[in-house]
Amino acid sequence: MARNADMRLKEKIIEKVLAVCALITILTTVGIVLILTIEAISFFREVSIVEFLTSTRWTPLFTQKSYGILPLLSGTFLTTVIAISVALPVGLTIAIYLNEYASNTFRSILKPLLEILAVVPTVVYGFFALMIVTPFLKTFIPELSGFNALSAGLVMGIMIIPFVSSLSEDALSSVPYSLREASFGMGSTKFQTAFRVMVPAASSGIIVSAILAVSRAIGETMIVAIAAGQQPRFTLDPTVPIETITAYIVQVSMGDVPHGSTAYQTIFAAGITLFIFTFILNNISYWIKARYQEDYE
Amino acid sequence: MEEVSSGTTGPKATKMKTEPKLSSDNETYKLRARNIDVFYGDFQAIYDISLDILDHSITAFIGPSGCGKSTFLRLFNRMNDYIDSFRMNGRILLEEEDIYASSVKVEELRKKIGMVFQKPNPFPKSIYENVAYGLRIQGIKDEDFIEQRVVESLKQATLYDEIKDDLDKQALTLSGGQQQRLCIARTLAVKPSVLLMDEPTSALDPISTAKIEELIFELKKKYTIVIVTHNMQQAGRISDNTAFLYMGKLIEYGDTQKIFTNPEKDRTQNYITGRFG
Repeated sequence: MARNADMRLKEKIIEKVLAVCALITILTTVGIVLILTIEAISFFREVSIVEFLTSTRWTPLFTQKSYGILPLLSGTFLTTVIAISVALPVGLTIAIYLNEYASNTFRSILKPLLEILAVVPTVVYGFFALMIVTPFLKTFIPELSGFNALSAGLVMGIMIIPFVSSLSEDALSSVPYSLREASFGMGSTKFQTAFRVMVPAASSGIIVSAILAVSRAIGETMIVAIAAGQQPRFTLDPTVPIETITAYIVQVSMGDVPHGSTAYQTIFAAGITLFIFTFILNNISYWIKARYQEDYE
Repeated sequence: MEEVSSGTTGPKATKMKTEPKLSSDNETYKLRARNIDVFYGDFQAIYDISLDILDHSITAFIGPSGCGKSTFLRLFNRMNDYIDSFRMNGRILLEEEDIYASSVKVEELRKKIGMVFQKPNPFPKSIYENVAYGLRIQGIKDEDFIEQRVVESLKQATLYDEIKDDLDKQALTLSGGQQQRLCIARTLAVKPSVLLMDEPTSALDPISTAKIEELIFELKKKYTIVIVTHNMQQAGRISDNTAFLYMGKLIEYGDTQKIFTNPEKDRTQNYITGRFG
């Protein structure tokens, strides 16, 4: 009996410890959002939200101060678009190859190798972009600046390939075998089966993988901080230096801007902008999963 | 009983001598299997089966689970090719041409020999696109032609009247029986001459089953149908000839009427009367 009571107590303690662990995560998230919001509110007391959203100049650290987020958004947008236009086609091709063509042995070798791309420290990608990709691209595009959105975006695209390939492969492999059989049974080639049956049947999962990859690209910091430059510029020209939201936050956090100043608070305004974007994207992906996930049983 | 005990001593011992007593000489054989052995790795699934399938007839393969009837059926459109450990000996002839010859394009073969599967497996596309699929993969672009063929196939599969206003609806919203008739329509759309059916009604309720059986019977006029079934009443109701398989061997093959009323082998008799299996 006493032993039973002991067991029950133990169970209770374990349960509480687990609950506390879960609570810590939630509290941290709430804390971050709270601080972001409070600091951003005091920023918007100084700067009108209209200027923030419409001005095309971002110069909070200069004497001529201007607080338009658009240049940072355009920089983020540019690098992200470049990254996803590399990662989506390559990642999807890899996923289709792994799922439809590769032998089991080859797949079991290739998959972990691909995941290595995701564990390379991003700072390594950053100087790879700056020291190798940019000089290489300069041989084709002589007017390319030393810092530019193009090589940062390309390298970031390589980094997020595993996000797309791995999640898309999961989506493809969850399509029931019977659909593939149906397609083969009607005289489809492997290629037709892959692109006309498997990919459409897995489309919701593939879209989710792309959205999560975009979300990762938007939040990526090191590569763009190192290789894309620190010049907020309202442009879609990938050959000139730009600055992304994340790179700007790094710049100010590392700099000697006095705490509490408006210039200091800009990073919270930028941070909350970033957070809103990734938050929306993640929610869209959840929504797609819940709403469109093809239900095969 | 003696067939099986002798069977375990070696495949040679069970060489089939029962040629099915089929109808008159002017009827032709659509498919012929010659001395088929099938292996999955070290496991032998089919032992030296030879049988001929008559044109414009319904041939049923019956037997207990794991007897090799599905494996055997899938040889006729080479669906086993995707299994890594699959290996076979023997020849399968479609209108006297070896379908495993290296000159045969398996995609072309499957346009001639369509297949309907155990569980309805429509694509997650619209009803229309499901039926149009086989034509689209052949590169046919003429939308009028496709539409005409889609309607014709749906009518043939006796589904058209039920869904004629919902051709754009998701196929997965149909009932199980409708889905299976859609799968039949999808197969008919590419105009095969043979239909292989792998327990097509095992996932369906009795009413849907009856509809499909009626349909199969109707399709016999234009197609050669080979059906695997678990359901002996079904085999008895719809088939012209029946093959009884047991443990990878063909025990008896012949006129359905005869198999069900007066089989030659005890084992067939036992299975049909429900004493085992």
